Amino acid sequence: MARRQYTTLVLDKFLFGIEIEGVQEVIRSQELTRVPLAPPVVEGLINLRGQIVTAIDLRRRLQLAERPPELRPMNVVIPSPGGAVSLLVDRVGEVVEVDDDSFEPPPETLRGAARVMIRGAHKLPDALLLILNVDRVLNVSDETVW
Amino acid sequence: MAETDGIVREFLLESFENLEQTDTDLVALETQPGDRVLLDRVFRVVHTIKGTCGFLGFARLEALTHEGEGVLSRLRDGELRFTPEVAGTVLGLVDAIRQILAAIEGTGEEGDADFVELKQTLARLKAQASAEAAPPDKPVRRRGKRRAVSGEAEASPPVAATRSEPVPVAPPPSPPGAAPDIEPEPPAEDELEPQASGAATGAAGVAEGASVSTVVESNVRVDVRVLDQLMDLVGELVLTRNELLRLGGSELGSASTSALQHLNLVTSELQEGIMKTRMQPVGKIWGKFPRMVRDLATACGKQVRLEMEGQETELDRSLIEAIRDPLTHLVRNAIDHGVENPEERVAAGKPATGRLWLKAFPEGGQVNIQISDDGAGINPEKVRKRVVAQGLMRSEQAARLTSQEALNLIFLPGFSTAENVTSMSGRGVGMDVVKTNIERVNGLVDVESEVGGGTTVNIKIPLTLAIIPALIVSSAGERFAIPQSSVLELVRLMGDQLSEAIERIHGAPVYRLRGRLLPIVDLTSELEMPAHGRESATIVVLQADDRQFGLLVDAVIDSQEIVVKPLGGLLERVPVFVGATIMGDARVALILDVLGLAQRAHVVSEEHDRRSSEDLTPAAEAAEEAEQLLLCRSPDDGRMAIPLAQVARLETLPASSVERVGSETVVQYRGDILPLIDISEQLPERRGRPRSGDGDGAAENLNVVVYSVGGEQVGLVVGGIVDIVEEVVTVRRPGSRDGVKECAVIRGKVTEFLDVEGIIRRAVPRFFDRGTGSER
Repeated sequence: MARRQYTTLVLDKFLFGIEIEGVQEVIRSQELTRVPLAPPVVEGLINLRGQIVTAIDLRRRLQLAERPPELRPMNVVIPSPGGAVSLLVDRVGEVVEVDDDSFEPPPETLRGAARVMIRGAHKLPDALLLILNVDRVLNVSDETVW
Repeated sequence: MAETDGIVREFLLESFENLEQTDTDLVALETQPGDRVLLDRVFRVVHTIKGTCGFLGFARLEALTHEGEGVLSRLRDGELRFTPEVAGTVLGLVDAIRQILAAIEGTGEEGDADFVELKQTLARLKAQASAEAAPPDKPVRRRGKRRAVSGEAEASPPVAATRSEPVPVAPPPSPPGAAPDIEPEPPAEDELEPQASGAATGAAGVAEGASVSTVVESNVRVDVRVLDQLMDLVGELVLTRNELLRLGGSELGSASTSALQHLNLVTSELQEGIMKTRMQPVGKIWGKFPRMVRDLATACGKQVRLEMEGQETELDRSLIEAIRDPLTHLVRNAIDHGVENPEERVAAGKPATGRLWLKAFPEGGQVNIQISDDGAGINPEKVRKRVVAQGLMRSEQAARLTSQEALNLIFLPGFSTAENVTSMSGRGVGMDVVKTNIERVNGLVDVESEVGGGTTVNIKIPLTLAIIPALIVSSAGERFAIPQSSVLELVRLMGDQLSEAIERIHGAPVYRLRGRLLPIVDLTSELEMPAHGRESATIVVLQADDRQFGLLVDAVIDSQEIVVKPLGGLLERVPVFVGATIMGDARVALILDVLGLAQRAHVVSEEHDRRSSEDLTPAAEAAEEAEQLLLCRSPDDGRMAIPLAQVARLETLPASSVERVGSETVVQYRGDILPLIDISEQLPERRGRPRSGDGDGAAENLNVVVYSVGGEQVGLVVGGIVDIVEEVVTVRRPGSRDGVKECAVIRGKVTEFLDVEGIIRRAVPRFFDRGTGSER
């Protein structure tokens, strides 16, 4: 039985997962430079060892409640063809390993932005691990979702 | 398999590069047919390709190069003369090799072309050579000659003599004269010979390749991405160094000072070194020009000698790529349209062979590239006619341009076509594209030309795109970098000035910069950043395309060199930034795209729209034609204009002659009664300095413009007559007060156009009833 490893991210009250291979690195909160006129989900730019990385507010991307200002987000850096992108999350949790058979596709009632960005859920004993479709998350120009 | 791919790729890369050199050498050979250095080099390239082909199993290419090699070896041995026919054939061979290589590159196969004709010609030339020379003494004679030239007694004649076909396998003999200086390797090659001769052709080729590459062995191919990554890391190192230096005095203590200084030095040198790895000589692009010039000149039936100077001048590799097409274009133009036919040249008293020269030289952080010819030059008169004929400009506008300005019209988009330009001995095929491409990399281009004397195109480009001088400004608490190349000047506004100096025309902010209206773009509002009060501000006067505008920012922080880094794919659609950079405090700052910003603020596009609408209806808008204007002082010491067409006369009348009739002020004038309108009474004052009633009003004489409408006349009392000009008004804005139709810049000054009819209507309501009513 196939098992997969996910990096877990906490956003609001939800637990999300990204394939561990898809994560370049996790860094603490960084100083951001805002980009005027950019799409609203773009929170700003950070300097990652001399490389300019675009930071996306994952809460806003998933149309969740705005992050309270006192909560300093962490950066989950994802490599992408257009240059590395950082996903701003509330907190990065531990890596979990799950069985394929605990997975279920999203219910039909899931609509809107989340529908295209959430592949489905793994049923963990104490929570649901929502698996992100990173390609869709990074495809900010996808007009249907913002 | 992957390894073979690697070898093939390497082979293709090397072959393409070598063939470029071969082109150059072959063209040079046409002027110096017997040059052994050149012949050797050409031979060696073909020989290497042949050898490697055998090894890699490209049979067609091997067969072709084998034939070619036969001819080349005879050329080298002096058995065949380098006639134009031979030159053409060998160039054809080079093209054929390229074609096959390209096929290999694209498909992995050699393709179907078998070049029968070329091979036949090569075989015929070879046979011809054999007939010319006496075959039996061939090896002996060559050996003898070679020994005499290179003075190498230890060369191995026995090995060579025993070969049945020594020519292809034998390494190239040393060149005459300066040979030992240029190529020190012949002895080494001779030592290689015994092994090479015993091995298969392929092995010989490899051995040969190895010896050839001794010249370039000090070079290594490096993936560009590795270099880019190194650049990033060095940038980071520099910032860390800067941070340490900042702490240096205070926190680290004196013991570490010398270590810090050393780090400082090493970092600087490292940075410089990494920068250098990205530099490439312009010769990399020029390499193909000799061949191109030759082919093109032949095709046009012209004789052109190409001279190049400064090939070693280095530029960042991204820039090299950016100027490749524009330069090619300019060289092609120079031959096609610049240099005349030999007959025309002789008739004009010039040598039959035209000169085309390329010159590159660095100058203060920039590289200059000049492309000059001694051809017919560009006639500004014809450019003017052409521009008018193509509807790009009206004749009055064109006539007003200086010769230099007219020349630069060739850069106008849509100017001319090849056919038209050829007929006027100018150039202009896609010159707008050349200009756009050069400007895209922050470069400048202009043209100088002398009719009958030739044309020079000057290109100025920055040394590197990766590091540019920039002005760092701040607005709404954010820092932005503006490429220094777009910055013209800075105007600082303090306190009261802030509200007064920036005026508004229908809400559009403008600033009077030395009498010209400069549109103002507020960075904070343009970028939709939160506005906040400011005590002072700075206008950064920027050049965008052919327009200037003032960017209003909170403060100018610094001027410094910045490392330009690309924005990620997510931000590609934000048109006002060209990239980002990392500042000394390790934070990111955005780099403004001046042109994009201007377009967003409609500084540029408006002008373009206006221009294009004029293009469509050049005759219909008679009012837009060059106008004769009477310029006079306005009451508040500004300047105003009255169309001269309806001005009957200008008079200076004694103030004492003014009489009052009812509510009207009149004067007896030429046997009639002339109503007078004092302009200053009709214009709502801008600066609260009414002229009438004060000292001026009591002046002895009045300046009166006698204005005629439909046979009736009225006198306009003005502050003073300044001038009469004929001008095409290009910049117009709506007037900002009653009695003023519009504002425009005339002779470098903002001028208000009087709404004469409106003023008359208000001052003398029944005036138009008296006339015939034929208003303009």
